[in-house]
Amino acid sequence: MTDLPTSPLPALLVGLPILMATLSLFFRTRGKALVGLVGCLLTAGLSFIAFAEVTRRGTLIHILGGWDPPLGILLRMDPLAAVFIGMTAAVGAFISLYAWWYFRAQESTGGAFPLFWPLWLFLWAGLNGLFLSNDLFNLFVTIEVIGISAVALAVLSGKVAALFAGLRYLLAAIAGSMAYLFGVALLYGSTGTLDIGLLGQALEPGPATTFALLVITLGLMIKTASFPFHFWLPPAHSSALAPVSALLSALVVKGTFYILLRLWTEVFGVSLTFAAGQLIGLAGAAAVIWGSWQAFMQTNLKLVVAHSSVAQLGYLLMIFPLLVLAPGVTAGSADWLSSAWTAGVYQVMAHAFAKSSFFLSAGIIIMALGHDRIESLRDLATRMPMTVMAMGLAGVSLIGLPPSGGFMAKWMLLKGIFLSGQWWWAPAVLAGSMLAAGYVFRILRLAFAPAAEKQTWRPVPVALQLVALLLALASFLIVFPADYLVQFLESSKIFGSGVETIVEGGGDGNY
Amino acid sequence: METTSILPLLILGSSFIPGILILTLREDQSALRSFLNLFGAVAKVSLVAWVFAGTMRGEEYAFLFRLAPELSFSLRVDQLGLFFASLSSVLWLVTTLYAIGYLEGGKNRRRFFAFFSFCVTAATGIALSGNVITFFIFYEFLTLSTYPLVVHSGTDHAVNAGRTYLWYTIGGGTVLFLGVVGLHVLAGPIYFGQTEMIASLVSEHPTQLTILFFLMLAGLGVKAAIFPLHGWLPISMVAPAPVSALLHAVAVVKAGAFGIIRLVYDVYGIDAAGQMNLLTPLAILAAFTILYGSVQALFQDDFKKRLAFSTVSQLSYIGLGAAIVGVLSTTGAIVHLVHQGIMKITMFFAAGNVAETYGYKKISELNGIGRRMPLTMGAFTIAVFGMIGLPPIAGFISKWYLGLGAVEAGSHWVVLVLLGSSALNAAYFLPILYRAWFCEPDHEAVPRRRTGRLETQVLLLIPVVITGLLSLAAGVFAAMAGSPLSIAREIAERLYLL
Repeated sequence: MTDLPTSPLPALLVGLPILMATLSLFFRTRGKALVGLVGCLLTAGLSFIAFAEVTRRGTLIHILGGWDPPLGILLRMDPLAAVFIGMTAAVGAFISLYAWWYFRAQESTGGAFPLFWPLWLFLWAGLNGLFLSNDLFNLFVTIEVIGISAVALAVLSGKVAALFAGLRYLLAAIAGSMAYLFGVALLYGSTGTLDIGLLGQALEPGPATTFALLVITLGLMIKTASFPFHFWLPPAHSSALAPVSALLSALVVKGTFYILLRLWTEVFGVSLTFAAGQLIGLAGAAAVIWGSWQAFMQTNLKLVVAHSSVAQLGYLLMIFPLLVLAPGVTAGSADWLSSAWTAGVYQVMAHAFAKSSFFLSAGIIIMALGHDRIESLRDLATRMPMTVMAMGLAGVSLIGLPPSGGFMAKWMLLKGIFLSGQWWWAPAVLAGSMLAAGYVFRILRLAFAPAAEKQTWRPVPVALQLVALLLALASFLIVFPADYLVQFLESSKIFGSGVETIVEGGGDGNY
Repeated sequence: METTSILPLLILGSSFIPGILILTLREDQSALRSFLNLFGAVAKVSLVAWVFAGTMRGEEYAFLFRLAPELSFSLRVDQLGLFFASLSSVLWLVTTLYAIGYLEGGKNRRRFFAFFSFCVTAATGIALSGNVITFFIFYEFLTLSTYPLVVHSGTDHAVNAGRTYLWYTIGGGTVLFLGVVGLHVLAGPIYFGQTEMIASLVSEHPTQLTILFFLMLAGLGVKAAIFPLHGWLPISMVAPAPVSALLHAVAVVKAGAFGIIRLVYDVYGIDAAGQMNLLTPLAILAAFTILYGSVQALFQDDFKKRLAFSTVSQLSYIGLGAAIVGVLSTTGAIVHLVHQGIMKITMFFAAGNVAETYGYKKISELNGIGRRMPLTMGAFTIAVFGMIGLPPIAGFISKWYLGLGAVEAGSHWVVLVLLGSSALNAAYFLPILYRAWFCEPDHEAVPRRRTGRLETQVLLLIPVVITGLLSLAAGVFAAMAGSPLSIAREIAERLYLL
């Protein structure tokens, strides 16, 4: 590991946003926002530089303070982390620009909320730290940083609904963190190491390991809002301010998914069974159906979009049954692993772009109408064609129609499903698409209908509409470099790996 | 792959780029918008003609872009695709003229013309797709780009029709997706015309291949309006006349029918499809749809609805021809792509002219309309005779070849279906002609539009005359080189040589 090229970039990716966040605290309203925006753009720029550096030099590491692990902290930026960091930067930069104009437009009515900026920068630092961390305790710290800043952001508006939802969010986040920490303590107790790489080698199968796997998975699933632990997500995401909703759905929930994916493939191999993979896949399939159905039933735009997140996160869990191989199947002979990984990465990216765009559009509509009841969206296509276009494109990506990023994800997922012979997952994927078409077009359909009653449409800055449209377009553009991106990711050790299980009944059958 | 050329991309861009530009214009910039549209349409026709000439000289045009491992975006010009591309680009030009006239002074024209252009981009994309995945991409793009057109008027009626349209087409797309992924997993990426792959799998995986064939057929059958998947077509009649023309002649139903031809001949190959006995169910379904659509058409008083059921019927000629093994019937199927297109678009233009000029939407209101609008109804009459199958009009040629092919293949029952359909066509079309030409007008009517000395606006009149004459010419000059028939014949012969 130490022969990998070192670079200060990984440390800067965490340090710069923290520095800028701290700096912004010294300023008042306007200045805080300005420092915050500059901090965001710098962090995004730095992320792209780091991404380019990884494409050029391969995996980068940075050892904080020069202390070797396990004493010191090692930050490791492999291609998979680079893709997640790059995605965070792209989505984050767009949302920051949107937030700048969004808060400016509402300054006169007391809607400036300058605290958004430091909180968002702390959140960003947490996310980057999460993608770069290589040991379980650091991951816990980053989860906490993310969780606390996310909850604070969610209640930023101070509205009663947001406070209630935020309280639930906080309780769920704490429960998830505690479960995770408990599992980490168990692992540390039995192996004496927290480093992911060392842990993967040192871990022995046994009841303690299985129990640790169980509680860690449970904790991370709560934080990723996986079915049936999704209850906190729709109220929290829908009651937040528009840029916050976008951040929470596009980025925050992806962080814990990233950890789950890494731990399952890198650490817990020894105690995983085929049944465990199937079970988590079942949770995913249920989330796809249930979340989409709930989204279809909502009467408020932001709740539709929030419930849709539950469904879209479900697709992510559906790659686990493909990664955890049936007994006797070796990773070398499983030709669907690369498809499954590509599906996962593309689902993360497509959802990040499309969902943030959708939430930003919802924010635009609320700004124009003062509320987001779906039946009032009549005539929207004439009033705000750009926003309807953005919602249409984002919706198409959520449905998974070509040539969107969502299509690439569904194509790869379905391909993996068929190649692995686990055809029973296919109906959930297709039903999810149909239901998504249902809830997306229920909105668009009204947008084309003529106005029923007289409504006042307040003007909305064009810049806001443009950002939402660009994000929606981005959910399509990510398809074009797919070939390059997959090749890049395949140089990552973890990408395309699978979990070989020993014999049926190697664990206790439960996770 | 062959030499890379950007010409196929340019053909797509000639409608896609104007569409994007139109979206950025203001609603009131109608002159610039019309210019962009017509420029794109003329450019597309010219490019297709250029590529056509090149293909005749034996040149090959292909464009390949790797999206992901085993997932490539491929455009490749072959004769069959070019045949379809020529049809859509020529009819797009005509329909653009018509739409500019039809929508003059209407609302939301920016959106309309932009999506109109996207729709044709999708149709030509389908025509030029080199592999199954690219076909699927454009097939779905077509669904999405037609939706805003179907709901264009924004009335509750239109919005509900749009919902029905989406349920059918998205459902069909999902089933097609399943089939396409399944085929991809089973046989790898399939390029059109490379039927060896499937042929080599027939003995090993007959069940899977059969299931996949019918999944894909069902997905394509939605757009091709094969019974029982035709329900969206009559309901979508609420759309404006140029959109109906687009749905019925240029793009949507043609995409389905074209896809079926591709599926049978260029993906599975006629031999493999015959071995697995896949074609008999298709032939029976198509034959039933032909008769069913005609019978339904008899009972419609709404002008456009009668035309819609007639489309359901006529379109299945293509499926029927594709399902009968033999050069002659395949020729009939392929040539009917074009013949049905020009005849049906004439009919919809005529119906649109009558509705726009006098406000008549029901057949019972058409008494004496022929005297007021002789050119429109003259073109309509040509199209009707063609649909019935009277020589020397285009439709006769199609039916003649389908019939000959059926006899050649020993499927004599098909001839009965064709004759029955002709009788039914006559039964539902001739009353319209009778009313139009031989009945006295019920009352004096004043045109709702400025018509000048002509029977209707000039932009509405020119297209219908052009397509009416084309329907006649396609039949009269069928034996000449370069006619749709001779090209279709060449394509069919090539399909069987492979």
